Amino acid sequence: MAARKSTSKPNVSKDDLLGYYRDMLLIRRFEEKAGQLYGMGLIGGFCHLYIGQEAVVVGLEAAAREGDKRVTSYRDHGHMLACGMDPKGVMAELTGREGGYSRGKGGSMHMFSREKHFYGGHGIVGAQVPIGAGLAFADKYLGTDNVTFTYFGDGAANQGQVYETYNMAMLWDLPVVFVIENNKYAMGTSVQRSTKSPSLWERGAAYGIAGEEVDGMDVLAVKAAGEKAVAHCRAGKGPYILEVMTYRYRGHSMSDPAKYRTRDEVQKMRDERDAIEHVRELLLQGKHATEDDLKAIDKEIKAVVNESAEFAKESPEPALEELWTDIYTDDVPQTA
Amino acid sequence: MATEVLMPALSPTMEEGTLAKWLVKEGDTVAAGDILAEIETDKATMEFEAVDEGTIGKILIAEGTEGVKVNTPIAVLVEDGEEVPDSASDTTAAAPAALNGDEGKAPAPANTAPANTAPANTAPAAPRADTSPDWPEGTEMKKQTVREALNAALAEELRRDDTVFLMGEEVAEYEGAYKITQGLLDEFGARRVVDTPITEHGFAGIGVGAAFGGLRPIVEFMTFNFAMQAMDQIINSAAKTLYMSGGQMGCPIVFRGPNGAAARVGAQHSQCYAAWYSHIPGLKVVMPYSAACAKGLLKSAIRDPNPVIFLENEILYGRSFEVPAIEDFTIPFGKARIWREGSDVTIVSFGIGMTYALEAAEKLAADGIEAEVIDLRTLRPMDTDAILASVRKTNRLVTVEEGFPQSSVGNYITSVVMEHAFDWLDAPVINCTGKDVPMPYAANLEKLALVTTDEVVEAVRKVTYR
Repeated sequence: MAARKSTSKPNVSKDDLLGYYRDMLLIRRFEEKAGQLYGMGLIGGFCHLYIGQEAVVVGLEAAAREGDKRVTSYRDHGHMLACGMDPKGVMAELTGREGGYSRGKGGSMHMFSREKHFYGGHGIVGAQVPIGAGLAFADKYLGTDNVTFTYFGDGAANQGQVYETYNMAMLWDLPVVFVIENNKYAMGTSVQRSTKSPSLWERGAAYGIAGEEVDGMDVLAVKAAGEKAVAHCRAGKGPYILEVMTYRYRGHSMSDPAKYRTRDEVQKMRDERDAIEHVRELLLQGKHATEDDLKAIDKEIKAVVNESAEFAKESPEPALEELWTDIYTDDVPQTA
Repeated sequence: MATEVLMPALSPTMEEGTLAKWLVKEGDTVAAGDILAEIETDKATMEFEAVDEGTIGKILIAEGTEGVKVNTPIAVLVEDGEEVPDSASDTTAAAPAALNGDEGKAPAPANTAPANTAPANTAPAAPRADTSPDWPEGTEMKKQTVREALNAALAEELRRDDTVFLMGEEVAEYEGAYKITQGLLDEFGARRVVDTPITEHGFAGIGVGAAFGGLRPIVEFMTFNFAMQAMDQIINSAAKTLYMSGGQMGCPIVFRGPNGAAARVGAQHSQCYAAWYSHIPGLKVVMPYSAACAKGLLKSAIRDPNPVIFLENEILYGRSFEVPAIEDFTIPFGKARIWREGSDVTIVSFGIGMTYALEAAEKLAADGIEAEVIDLRTLRPMDTDAILASVRKTNRLVTVEEGFPQSSVGNYITSVVMEHAFDWLDAPVINCTGKDVPMPYAANLEKLALVTTDEVVEAVRKVTYR
């Protein structure tokens, strides 16, 4: 990863910068709380935390506008918070309660919000990629100029359906931004141990898809790349690939013995490349905010997260009848 | 205020673990994210991180301790300058204090699923079969092949709703590998009739995404044998998302194409998937026999807000049937059709199996055995009431299908009848199926592998003891 150019002046307003700080901090604190609730047994099953990768989704959301869609894998909490879904509803889904986005029936990996154009939350590695292209197909078919952000990891990048999708997305000029969140490890397998491709975004060239590598620890770099990609799609030029170089601090899921990388590697990334620290420095150095201002934001975020955790504990489990609902919708479709 | 650090659950199945090693000691200052200890779970040794900042006031569980239950306090974290409290009761609780102190708030064990709400268990004591005709008496009829009927259904629905579109291999310019989509590109254009590359997994997924995005895709598989490449998208994405989204995200899509054995195409192109798909909650599964059923059911499938698997049959495509000349003719799902009434035995089938069932009934009638022949038409929802009502009348049941015998549709029908009409049975149920072998290529062996009319006749003779 390229060294940070800390001297470059960001072309961004103070309010925007504070907004990114707040959004990234919300994701981090939320995820820390989720980890805590998992440890307490309040969250079950699999729980994949986004800590370390916050700048990716916050930067790309900064490039999106109303109507744009997003779809991702099972490491999805950050994406939901970044697109404006309610932390209470997300946390309550993690605890499997009635107040969750899927009324407790989806869990960490399976959440959706039509209102926020968030199409999941998919548990099968790579399956969200053709789905994202399908959402873009629908937008093109309906004559909108919306764009779909389709997120997947370096692990999913080796799934065949990704390349089937690249081919059709380019063939049909679908307005889809493929975002490869390269956090260097597919569960416990490093990128180097899974491919000899020098880069993942360049594989798009085989299908004629343009793309680029982006510093995923720099929210402003991500935003700039996102804006370029979105403009490309909206102009009707078809898909675009962003390989966003990022890093997850925590394990693949909560049950990850972390034997595949050293503690020093993780610590070095936290110390030197942390995306939230970066924005914090920009805010302080640019005199856009004081330590006290930032402390106040920290406090505010902590309160939001604690409130979501309380809600997630208090919300009742779904009614037992819910076992049998939502299998089919509107069973009388036969009328014109 | 002092906070207890609790033994964490570090895997979905962990109930207790070994506190292998402390990486901090009393008096150390820690920040969120710092590693406190190594814990051995049932799966692995894992590091355990601090979630709050503070000073380690006291270590409560020594390293090396085995069998530490999840949520046991293992250390006390104090704020800078704060005294370590004497007993745990003075601490606030990291977390599950509220849970430990108030059982009412603890998540209840989920082993209390409501009984007797499963659809199979709610079948009424007396089955109520809807035997109303599909069209009024006196309706003008015309002869049509199954192919023509399917083509007409597609064209009518494409005309009716602009969000309906058709995609698949060779559906547009080639006009369909089996000519089901003939003329559709001409009438509707390339926006609505979309040729795909040979990429089943990919275009099935794009279809699912398009359905989430507000369209009503009809995805043609050149044959359902190729849909195995797309199985994950059909089952995990199309069928389950409505449930996983708490009802928010329906998937109105039709996957259709020929299914089952054609002729002399060997094992990889000759499988019936009826049982596979009918296994899945969230899917609707249709397998028509006649041209009229194909037309009415395909139109219903395209209008249905749920994912529908529509299983056609290559051999039936060219067969002609009477089709009602009714504008906008549809047939509801979950309603079987009685093709032939009889009192001696019930034969239940669907799709091309109906050919053997009806032929057998003719042969048996010549010997004075009157079979009632039921065409299920939809396998999910299944009109079990029609089967049960008939079995109460005939007391004998034979099922007919082309699929493999183990875990067949007939097996399921048998279980329903055992559960709800055991006392009406005068003989064991027989399932006539394809043989338990991959489809051979040699003409003589292929004939042996398929279910035959004679086998159905023989099965009926067995259950009627005649």
